[in-house]
Amino acid sequence: MNDMTPVKASSPKDWETDQEVRWCPGCGDYAILKAVQRTMPELGSTPENTVFISGIGCSSRFPYYMETYGFHTIHGRAPAIATGVKLANPDLDVWIITGDGDALSIGGNHTMHLLRRNLDCQIMLFNNEIYGLTKGQYSPTSRVGTTSPSTPYGSVDRPATPCAFALGAGARFVARGFDVSKNLPEVLKAAHAHRGAAFIEIFQNCIVYNKDVFEDFAAPKGAEDRQLWLRNGEPMLFAKGEKGIALDADALTLKVVDVVDGDWQSAGVIVHDVTNRSVAHMLVEMRFGEFPMALGVLYDDPRPTFNDAVIAQNESASAGKTADLGKLLAKGQTWTVEEGHPET
Amino acid sequence: MATAFKEENTGAHTPIHSDAVVVRFAGDSGDGMQLTGGQFTLSSALAGNDFATFPDFPAEIRAPQGTLFGVSAFQINFGSQAIDTAGDQPDVLVAMNPAALKTNVGSLREGGLIIADTGEFTPRNLDKAKYTTNPFEDGSLAKWKVLAFDISALTMESVKPYGLGNKEALRCKNMWTLGLALWMFDRDRQPIIDWLNAKFAKNQILADANIAALNAGHAYGETAELSGPLKQYHVDAAPAPSGLYRTVTGAESISYGLVAGAQLAGLKMFFGGYPITPASAILHHLSRLKEYGITTFQAEDEIAAICSAIGASYAGQLGVTSSSGPGIALKGEAMGLAIMTELPLVIVNSQRGGPSTGLPTKTEQSDLYQAVYGRNGDAPMPVIAARSPVDAFDCAVEAVRIAVEYMTPVMLLTDGYIANAAEPWKVPDLASYKPFPVEFLESVPEGGFKPYARDHKLKRPWVKPGTPGLLHRIGGIEKEVDTGHINYAPANHQAMTDIRSAKVNGVADSIPDQLVEQGAKGAKIAVVGWGSTYGPIAQAVRRKRAEGLDVAHVHIRHIWPMPKNLGEVLKSFDHIIVPEMNTGQLKTVLRDQFLVDAKPVNKVSGQPFTIAEIEAAIEGALS
Repeated sequence: MNDMTPVKASSPKDWETDQEVRWCPGCGDYAILKAVQRTMPELGSTPENTVFISGIGCSSRFPYYMETYGFHTIHGRAPAIATGVKLANPDLDVWIITGDGDALSIGGNHTMHLLRRNLDCQIMLFNNEIYGLTKGQYSPTSRVGTTSPSTPYGSVDRPATPCAFALGAGARFVARGFDVSKNLPEVLKAAHAHRGAAFIEIFQNCIVYNKDVFEDFAAPKGAEDRQLWLRNGEPMLFAKGEKGIALDADALTLKVVDVVDGDWQSAGVIVHDVTNRSVAHMLVEMRFGEFPMALGVLYDDPRPTFNDAVIAQNESASAGKTADLGKLLAKGQTWTVEEGHPET
Repeated sequence: MATAFKEENTGAHTPIHSDAVVVRFAGDSGDGMQLTGGQFTLSSALAGNDFATFPDFPAEIRAPQGTLFGVSAFQINFGSQAIDTAGDQPDVLVAMNPAALKTNVGSLREGGLIIADTGEFTPRNLDKAKYTTNPFEDGSLAKWKVLAFDISALTMESVKPYGLGNKEALRCKNMWTLGLALWMFDRDRQPIIDWLNAKFAKNQILADANIAALNAGHAYGETAELSGPLKQYHVDAAPAPSGLYRTVTGAESISYGLVAGAQLAGLKMFFGGYPITPASAILHHLSRLKEYGITTFQAEDEIAAICSAIGASYAGQLGVTSSSGPGIALKGEAMGLAIMTELPLVIVNSQRGGPSTGLPTKTEQSDLYQAVYGRNGDAPMPVIAARSPVDAFDCAVEAVRIAVEYMTPVMLLTDGYIANAAEPWKVPDLASYKPFPVEFLESVPEGGFKPYARDHKLKRPWVKPGTPGLLHRIGGIEKEVDTGHINYAPANHQAMTDIRSAKVNGVADSIPDQLVEQGAKGAKIAVVGWGSTYGPIAQAVRRKRAEGLDVAHVHIRHIWPMPKNLGEVLKSFDHIIVPEMNTGQLKTVLRDQFLVDAKPVNKVSGQPFTIAEIEAAIEGALS
């Protein structure tokens, strides 16, 4: 076999493997894979320095299709494996691919701690609100009343909100997109540019077990009215600029306001500041229906990363010391048995 | 008896010579008994004695004062001859309160000495220890010698000049007691004084008070000798090869052995751990050794601990994780991943009493099945067991060697007893260990790169992410032979299962033949052990051989795969008994592997075997 990796990756093709993609025809995962392969050449990473690490589920097959290093691990544990990879080699560009069940059910603990510690990596959570690979059981993000093989009378437990979970866990970057959105590469680029744990929830259409569950906001028709694409420094406008998001100062909540003649200032529409954590908390909690779906980079305010802190401490604690195990073993309270002492 | 505690006085003011003595310090968990025992151990080491210790403490950190379940004890057996165990029966029991007396006096040798603090034998404390009458007055201690006096009051008196509060003053009781013990065994106080000065370097008053208490206890011995049952003893230095010595616990020696192993492999080490008794000490030790290229990571749980270590191995470091039974159970699935992805990994299991939470601070050997068989699928993995704190160093080096030479996870079994027990250690000459440097694959080999191509040992190449030209994907789904692509085909799964099994079996080619520790092949009976039963088995076999019995001792380090000659060795004996601190796990494996009639000898009390129990088992098997 010849050299499989070009030194300089220049086209999306260079990030594709020779493996046959095995998702169901029409699955949203195809669109996400294309978006990632389209984005990678623009990030300045090389395939050999890139590692995709996944857990278990439909989405977690992703690494097999990326011409990079890849590790398809076990259910829910990708964040823990990624932590070891990044601490052992901080030069690697680490991407975690996970799903709603993988990241929030069986692996919820690891997701929380990775975000809290702020490991420098990108976490792409494909949220299809269903367990696909096990044939359609409801998931921790399924809406109340979801009928599935395990909930024939409808699910009764309330769903988790991935972005609210991430922010609550201490994430310093939270973003949202959806599989077929043309804006997805832009979101991925922002996540990659963020130094630290970058959490991206990607709504993904499972055409077999949860078809079109996001159509209410993702359908192209009427999208303008139902999607709020957030951009740093720009007013939170949607519906072709005729509506916006303002602060209800009395209730300390957000509200939808009408914008007349483009005068969003008078309407009190907020300018998106990605570093405003309070507003981020409100954005992730905005209920779709009453509000549009908040998409794009909701929050981005970097803090020192876990890997940098670990390495800095390793270095400072080692400074001026030599790694002489023989000396270390001979240190402290020792005694010497002299030659000529009777032997056993 | 190893505990030949001679009683004949050879003359006033001359210490009585003794070959070996067993002392047990027992008190409330807040009384500092582990500290007292630890310092007495150091003093024994500096006196050149051989020794073995047995710290025995409750799972509760500060159990309610004075209660029976709050008793913490430390036993040491020291002697002028080879010492293999912490001793069957104490010769001297130091009891700091009624609960300590009640829970420990039963094991005291008949005629042994009780030293007790009467200051703590108040009606309230007697009641807490469930004594209806005062044991010093009701004749229940008649078969022992008793030296009971008010240690509390004497301690208070000795530290009076330092103006400590009542509570702080009484805290010096353990040093007063240690002072008395140092006098009793003719020991130098200076090393302990140096240690106290260092320990309380930031509080000279506390240092001085503790030293005063130590000196007062020592002085008390001199005075009491004249009038009571208290005698001074001297235990000569034990014969030992010349060289530099130190004391070492199992947790320390495993930590150092892992460091040595990583150095011999030429790797940095990543240690992922989660706090659990009695394994945490390894995480503590390694976290202070960052200059050795060690990253320690306290993970959010046991699963993350092993997974992070697997991630680090994947990235090119030596991944290590450590736990005890319950945590090892949680790591099981990830071990399977390391087996499937054929990455090196060392898993240290400090066994404790089970199942479930079981007995967190007590020792057991009941994870052998879990180590050898405890994973889903056919998931073979090498398993090594350490026999003593000192042996654990070499076992850790060996675990690292196998992991990197065969690209496999390896489990190193130790237990709560080995982890906490201390023994003298001749500091090893690291230059005498043969290096086993790792070679990463860094370019496309002739014929092309295949992630699951194999060398003559069936080892696959280790490729660090970041290496140009060798991009590939691995995972827990069945791999295709050579290419490592996903493959569910029937013939491929059969082939890969066979390869994984053959690879691990092949480890046997790299390990030494099984030795017979004592006696020889063909003996009438063999005592076959593994792990920390080494001490009592060795001593019991030595005694039985001295009596003329044809008995051999075989101790197995390589639990999986086993040494290639083991079957032949075992089949040479007429009888085989297998003492284990479980219900017969090695016994079952031996029967399965070699079709030999191995008979179980089991103990699951959370306490190590006594020598007498093994002796009785040998006699029983031959009768």
